Amino acid sequence: MPATTEKLALTFGIPKVRVRDLAKEYYVGPGHRMQVVHALNGVSFDVEEGEFVALTGRSGCGKTTSLRIVLGLEEQTSGAVEIAGREVNGCGYDRGMVFQHAELLPWRTAIENVEFGLELKGVNKSERRRIAIRMLDFVGLAQSADRRPYQLSGGMKQRVGLARALTTDPEVLLMDEPFGALDAQIREEMQTELIKIHEKTLKTVIFVTHDLDEAVLLSDRVLVFSPHGQIHEDVSINIPRPRSDPIAIRGSDEFQKKRYHIWRLLKMTDDPAKAALV
Amino acid sequence: MLDTTAPAKTTPAMQSRAKRVRRGGFAASVPRAAISTFSLICVLAIWEFFGRNVNPIFASHPSAIFKEGIAMVIDGEIFHALLQSLQPLATGYFLAAAVGIPLGLLIGRYRWAEAGLGVYITAGYATPLVALIPLFILWFGLGFAVKVAIVSVLAVFPIAINTWAGAKGVPRTLIELGRTFVGSEFQIMTKIVIPSTLPYIMVGLKLAVGRSIIAIVVAEFFTLLTGLGGIILKAGDSFDTARMFVPVMVLMTLGITLTWLVGWLEHKVAPWQRELSDQEH
Repeated sequence: MPATTEKLALTFGIPKVRVRDLAKEYYVGPGHRMQVVHALNGVSFDVEEGEFVALTGRSGCGKTTSLRIVLGLEEQTSGAVEIAGREVNGCGYDRGMVFQHAELLPWRTAIENVEFGLELKGVNKSERRRIAIRMLDFVGLAQSADRRPYQLSGGMKQRVGLARALTTDPEVLLMDEPFGALDAQIREEMQTELIKIHEKTLKTVIFVTHDLDEAVLLSDRVLVFSPHGQIHEDVSINIPRPRSDPIAIRGSDEFQKKRYHIWRLLKMTDDPAKAALV
Repeated sequence: MLDTTAPAKTTPAMQSRAKRVRRGGFAASVPRAAISTFSLICVLAIWEFFGRNVNPIFASHPSAIFKEGIAMVIDGEIFHALLQSLQPLATGYFLAAAVGIPLGLLIGRYRWAEAGLGVYITAGYATPLVALIPLFILWFGLGFAVKVAIVSVLAVFPIAINTWAGAKGVPRTLIELGRTFVGSEFQIMTKIVIPSTLPYIMVGLKLAVGRSIIAIVVAEFFTLLTGLGGIILKAGDSFDTARMFVPVMVLMTLGITLTWLVGWLEHKVAPWQRELSDQEH
């Protein structure tokens, strides 16, 4: 079963994702009073093969920036990102991305959207159709293959986005608040589904969220960012897998304990004085 | 504006309005097409009535125009003129599309192209380009070429400026999607930017229809008197007002038909657009 982290680390000696001392600065404002904004101040973390890691924190804490640098859409000012020991610059098929708002191409049907990545990769038509059908079936949307995005609900769009990210069989799956825009009930459904998919594919996942329940429920570890672009604490979630019963997990002591702990951490990094009161 | 937060309280005015709606009213029950037809008949009748009582040099009336039109159809003159106008019109229009679409894509997609060329597109769109016709005559003479040039110069700017706006408005996240899958610049252009810009290109093409028709008539006025524009000017000069109106009607029909055709094409190539506008994305 997944996430026997120590054993895998011993076997291979290198983590799946290694992020070292990421710093990101950018400049804002007009020329004469341009200001430096430090979005990231030395972010380092490892993710082992098959591990599910959530990045959480307040808006503007650098969790999404970290994810985008790992993905290769943004360039770090300094620091390094390695995937399975290879230093990466720019995007690659070893990483798959699920966007916050699915980002489906409105002129393509669901299946054509799933095929999109393979098409850019240069996979021939029959092969990519075959893979796309399998992936769409995998996320439970085989019936909706010929619908266009406007005919899909928010949850279905995210399923298509997930299927598309899986087609290129990436080593690491990156997800940027993929369920943030869904209503509560659908979000819970999608969380349950994602747990299943993760446990079936054993993909390494980095998942950005500001929903603490979601972070604790899904992850093996939660990295809590401070507002200054640093990781404040690395919290491990010791809920055994497979996590087939989310309702029971939500009621468990470990879930409650870790959720409260992370919530307090966020309060503390926000305003230490307030944290003393709780 | 209705204040939706106010408690539901019916005022007498609201009640009477509700009653009217329930009863349907006369205007609500008549189909739109019938109202349009009725309006058209009324206007034509008024025109006919007053037109007949005016000196035919200054105005004409529907029945005279119709009679003249039939005569021009029978002797084939109107078809000959239409064809003469259509050739430079179509050539110039397609030339404008062939230049304007790639130019708009380039400017909308690349910052350097926008900085370097955008200003000319904006200027060209704003300038009354008919003012340059004398210069065009010097360059291209009085024949087919000058008409093509005038049509394409007038049509190219609405096409380029709309394509530009469309290409610039492609959501950043869709471009990022392409980059995530390591798409080449060419793939991003053909598989993301162009499909996403299509609805804007079609708007540009639609606006260019109207401009092209104005351009061809003006071109025919200024250069060799050929085509529909030629008939208009010659008939006007000989005070044959009824005859003058026939090509005007043909041009009007042509404009409506071509605009409708581009609209139909728009629905064919970008069918998702209409559905998107129905619901908030």
